[in-house]
Amino acid sequence: MSDASTTKSGGFPNPLAWTGRGTLALFAEIGRLSMFSGRTALSALTPPWNLAQLWKQIIAIGFYSLPVVGLSAVFIGAALALNIYTGGNRFGAEQFVPNIVVLGITRELGATITGLMLAGRVTAGIAAEIGAMKVTEQIDALKTLSANPFRYLYAPRFLAAALTLPLLVLIADIIGVMGGWLVSVYALDFDSTTYIRNTMDFLTMEDVAVGLIKAVIFGMVIALMGCYQGSKSSAGATGVGRAATLSMVGAAVLVLAANYILSTFFVQIGI
Amino acid sequence: MTQPILELKGVEKSFGSNHVLRGVDIDVAPGRSLVVLGGSGSGKSVMLKNALGLMTPDAGKILFDGKDVTKDQGKTREAMRSRIGMLFQSGALFDSLTVWENVAFRLLNADKVKRSDAKEQAIENLKKVRLGASVAELRPAEISGGMQKRVALARAIITKPDLIFFDEPTTGLDPITADAINDLILEQVKALGAAAVTITHDMASARKVADEIAMLFEGKIIWRGPASEIDRSGNDHVDQFVHGRADGPIQPSL
Repeated sequence: MSDASTTKSGGFPNPLAWTGRGTLALFAEIGRLSMFSGRTALSALTPPWNLAQLWKQIIAIGFYSLPVVGLSAVFIGAALALNIYTGGNRFGAEQFVPNIVVLGITRELGATITGLMLAGRVTAGIAAEIGAMKVTEQIDALKTLSANPFRYLYAPRFLAAALTLPLLVLIADIIGVMGGWLVSVYALDFDSTTYIRNTMDFLTMEDVAVGLIKAVIFGMVIALMGCYQGSKSSAGATGVGRAATLSMVGAAVLVLAANYILSTFFVQIGI
Repeated sequence: MTQPILELKGVEKSFGSNHVLRGVDIDVAPGRSLVVLGGSGSGKSVMLKNALGLMTPDAGKILFDGKDVTKDQGKTREAMRSRIGMLFQSGALFDSLTVWENVAFRLLNADKVKRSDAKEQAIENLKKVRLGASVAELRPAEISGGMQKRVALARAIITKPDLIFFDEPTTGLDPITADAINDLILEQVKALGAAAVTITHDMASARKVADEIAMLFEGKIIWRGPASEIDRSGNDHVDQFVHGRADGPIQPSL
């Protein structure tokens, strides 16, 4: 339908109306997401907790993500070591491979890669599951049976992701550093003992803590995007598919944005 | 006069420019069975969702047992939900739970009944809808559509509600299974002494379960009367609907 506010006389869209409408829609979406996030966080942080659902989600989000996180980390660590070696070679700085690998993995790549992999595996899964529940009236059924979807569905996923992401990142850190060690020792002729000693000497608790704090935030983002998009999924297979896609893309972008903001914050406070 | 257990007064609901409910007035007395007829897209489901508190009306009032629950999502609404049962069109059984956990969902989650006791009650209610204990451990996906409707009925009656809503209870079932579901609905509603609100476009179902029938058209109740009067309503819209004719004042939504 065209009207005077949205089209010029020639039938072309009025750019001002189009921009205005887009801006209003964006703010409305941010408002809805903020309200949803607030209610989910409140339900997650206040009793009663649904421990059975929480445990189920810890297994689904944490345990079943171990293979994908482990494999991603080992390849990232290995590729990082190779690239640092190649770059360092130009300045005669190859000996810094273990230091830069452990710094890069613990502060940045362990958390980011884990966040991105889970944005794909977990966020889309949550959105599809909740979306399917919505279109088959299961969420309405929950309400009529006096179960609050925020407490029964969203809060356990939010808490499970926030609790398990740091553990997954810790594992990714260890496996990622190991990937760098494997390549360095077996392909780049580094001495194993020296490599490990350099890694341990350079590693600080602050570097590990930075990655783990990021992981908690990424976990929240991942669960919230899945739950939010799933909860507003429209009817049919297309609606559920769209919710899964939007949730995954949204979570991936927000994980990267949050990573930059948190990195800036940690640099500012000198960690 | 007995106070209605459920009353909708002038309920209106719109989605953008689509005015679905335009002032619905309807009530149901305790122990009575009301069937609301209406074609596809007439607003039956929206009316039901407003009555259940799954949607909030734009205007009008909803009273449950005399208490206004129109906008209340707090204790009054919770008190209402503890006294109602609902059978959804699709059954709306939870895929991730077993049949008995579905039936006992409210007992386990809201009423905090022990699992062993809840399971016992679930199996007892499954028997009421002619399902054996052998299905209790199955998942909803492992049983037929007719069995899923029976499980959903068992879930709706397990807390002995005062009011049960049925949303198209026979949709998607063959005529024999549909009749069996109607028999079960009738039997269980009478056994509980509960009021029932059924929305359907299945005339066989309506004739079987209704004490009273109302017709929803263009967002308003245009006729209401005893089920026995449905063939003598004197209303062209009702006549066309009852006889399933394409010609008449109601235009098919193609």
